[in-house]
Amino acid sequence: MSNSKALLIKNGRVIDPASQFDGIADIAIKKNKIIAIGSAIPKNFKPASVIDAKDLWVLPGIIDLSAYLREPGQENKTRINFETYAAASAGITRICCMPEVDSPIDGGATVKLIKSKAKQAGYARVSVIGSLTQGLAGEQLSHMGSLKYVGCVGVSQGHEKIRDLATLRKAMEYAGTFDLPLFLHPIEHSLAETGGMHEGALSTRLGLAPIPAASETIAIAQIIALVELTKTPVHFCRLSSAASIPLLKDAKDKGLPITADVAAHQLFLTEMDVADYNPLCHTIPPLRTMADRDALRQAVADGVIDAICSDHQPHEVDAKLSPFEETSPGISAFETLLPLVLRLVSEDVLTEMQAIDLLTSKPAQLINSQAGKLQAGKVADLSLFDPQTMWQLNANKLLSEGKNTPFSGWGFEGKTVQTFVKGKSVYCVRQ
Amino acid sequence: MSKNNSTDSFPDERTEPPLAQQPVKDSSPGPLPSSMQLTSDGKLKHFLTIEGLPPLLLEEILDRAEQFVSLPNKAKVQAPLLRGKTVMNLFFENSTRTRTTFELAAKRLSADLVNLDIRNSATTKGESLLDTIRNLEAMGCDMFVVRHSSSSAAHFIARYCAPHISVINAGDGRHAHPTQAMLDMLTIRQFKGRDFTPLKVAIIGDIKHSRVARSQIHALTTLCAGEIRLIGPQTLMPEGIEKMGVTSYTNIEKGLDDIDVIITLRLQHERMDSAMLPSIREFYARYGLTQERLELAKEDAIVMHPGPANRGVEIDSRVADGPQSVILQQVTNGIAVRMAVMSMVMSSQAATRVES
Repeated sequence: MSNSKALLIKNGRVIDPASQFDGIADIAIKKNKIIAIGSAIPKNFKPASVIDAKDLWVLPGIIDLSAYLREPGQENKTRINFETYAAASAGITRICCMPEVDSPIDGGATVKLIKSKAKQAGYARVSVIGSLTQGLAGEQLSHMGSLKYVGCVGVSQGHEKIRDLATLRKAMEYAGTFDLPLFLHPIEHSLAETGGMHEGALSTRLGLAPIPAASETIAIAQIIALVELTKTPVHFCRLSSAASIPLLKDAKDKGLPITADVAAHQLFLTEMDVADYNPLCHTIPPLRTMADRDALRQAVADGVIDAICSDHQPHEVDAKLSPFEETSPGISAFETLLPLVLRLVSEDVLTEMQAIDLLTSKPAQLINSQAGKLQAGKVADLSLFDPQTMWQLNANKLLSEGKNTPFSGWGFEGKTVQTFVKGKSVYCVRQ
Repeated sequence: MSKNNSTDSFPDERTEPPLAQQPVKDSSPGPLPSSMQLTSDGKLKHFLTIEGLPPLLLEEILDRAEQFVSLPNKAKVQAPLLRGKTVMNLFFENSTRTRTTFELAAKRLSADLVNLDIRNSATTKGESLLDTIRNLEAMGCDMFVVRHSSSSAAHFIARYCAPHISVINAGDGRHAHPTQAMLDMLTIRQFKGRDFTPLKVAIIGDIKHSRVARSQIHALTTLCAGEIRLIGPQTLMPEGIEKMGVTSYTNIEKGLDDIDVIITLRLQHERMDSAMLPSIREFYARYGLTQERLELAKEDAIVMHPGPANRGVEIDSRVADGPQSVILQQVTNGIAVRMAVMSMVMSSQAATRVES
């Protein structure tokens, strides 16, 4: 049974939330699939290469629900090959690429281009979330039928306005026709001035435009009412406020097809980090209060929030070199996703199993993917993680072209040392 | 490396980064340090906001301004404190009064002055603020006086400009307008004495969008004013303002009771369009400073306005021109305060240069 593409990963601590398995086991990989784990590995399996993963964790590949890859349209910021490599270096094997005004994904050709660029690069894989409306202008529906045909996993209106609720309703119904899940950012734009921060004493002191938490809760309440009407599944992207949690929980308890995620940075940073005018903490939705952050952490632990994503938004350095209000929002976040989420484990918010689940099999379900599991027959997307390494983040050493992270100088425990996509090693710093 | 463990069994396996990374520029973005305004020995290096400055420094500005006010007119034109220095007035936003008084202040200190109306030039051609600043630096400049519509613009320039340059904030977004606040403090001191502790001060109008109000509040709290009241409708009152050490009133009659100093703010006409207020007439009816309302305050209360005043909107003409109005004194003080601040930041520079 010797095969040039057969690989055995020995003695690692395998964590697979989908089957709730956590223990030392060997994993046999052949071609691009996991063929067996532990005692199920056939005696005659003769790997061409063997990796000793003693003292390492073997994790399912992370599925990141949101990243802006900037290509095509904003090649001055970065390119797909740089970003997919940065993702792979952080244990991420699949990225959902979000549409944005400067790189809208509203036609089949764009989807094919993004996918082929990602394939050519050969690092992390890319799933595409298409535009809900043409050019994200919020007026006309995008060609959702074609988007589905070329493999989009969902549609989104990004951070952009939609004309009115009637248009949103029709967009939801049309997306539902093609079984395209909606990824909606709950933002009531008339209450959320661009360039602003969370409304409170601090926004008043800094003289920045106030964005109240109600800008999020109002949008959530409206969309929930439309989900009741249309029965279309909706995924809420990037929650930021405590007041959103009960709305979400009620809707879920009613059995509505609603899910939600949160960006990892929202579980750590607060409005206080925006002072004094730190453009690296300029995000949409804005960073909110300590109470909001704690409520989000609780909701993640309780399973009310279904997944944690990076919301990776790489920028060229100039995009952040302006007075706060004029800077581009977003954080370059691939390389802090897993470290931050594991920090929630050391801060006793999550168990290890929960933490990995929120990054792998849970987000996989949200894009109807079978990935995110370490089980026989599944594609071998996985990473090796060294829990012993202590390291300090240096923004300038990020592999992403976007060095815009507010976490520079933070210390982390544990690091991804090797990543496999379809059974191939795409990143390795293992000793 | 793992690749070496196997006999190259994965010919298409990739572990190398895609391409060399771009070099990183040294001026990387980050928070703006709040201690930027002072030199290591506590002298004023930039004047960006009143918040965080020690009371003694504010007193020093006022004392020095007082000297400039009392100079005979001829001497004012001759003061050589800024001789050979180049001051650039960078106004990214409209202004007549502030810009003119800065201009006069610089000239009276014998500085070379350049006025740049940036709205009509560089930035409209797509140049970034940082590039504009770097270009002006390259032309040789010692001081920027900056007005900009974005909060923190002056801080930003101070953070990224060459170390020998001082920045004076002439108004940034809704954040701060420190020289205006200091000239108001000087006016209050001239009429009410050096001790602010017994004073009750009321600020009336659009607090929410006002950088002047924010700087006045910081100045008044730093100088230990007895009580600060803000008066206006809820739409013009920002969230959490009480945390700055003030009380807010929506009823002007209650708010003006027993007040020593009344400051009215300018009401922008845009506020009607954005549904902050129903009409100018209603604002005047509810919050305009009329003679009857003025009588609710102390008998010797003074009336101030940062200008330009909308007569019949926030203030009645009879009050603006009346015996209790000190509005023109404010304008005169404006030049003295700006002379004081400019000379102080320049002398702190001279000191740091001698040290180094």
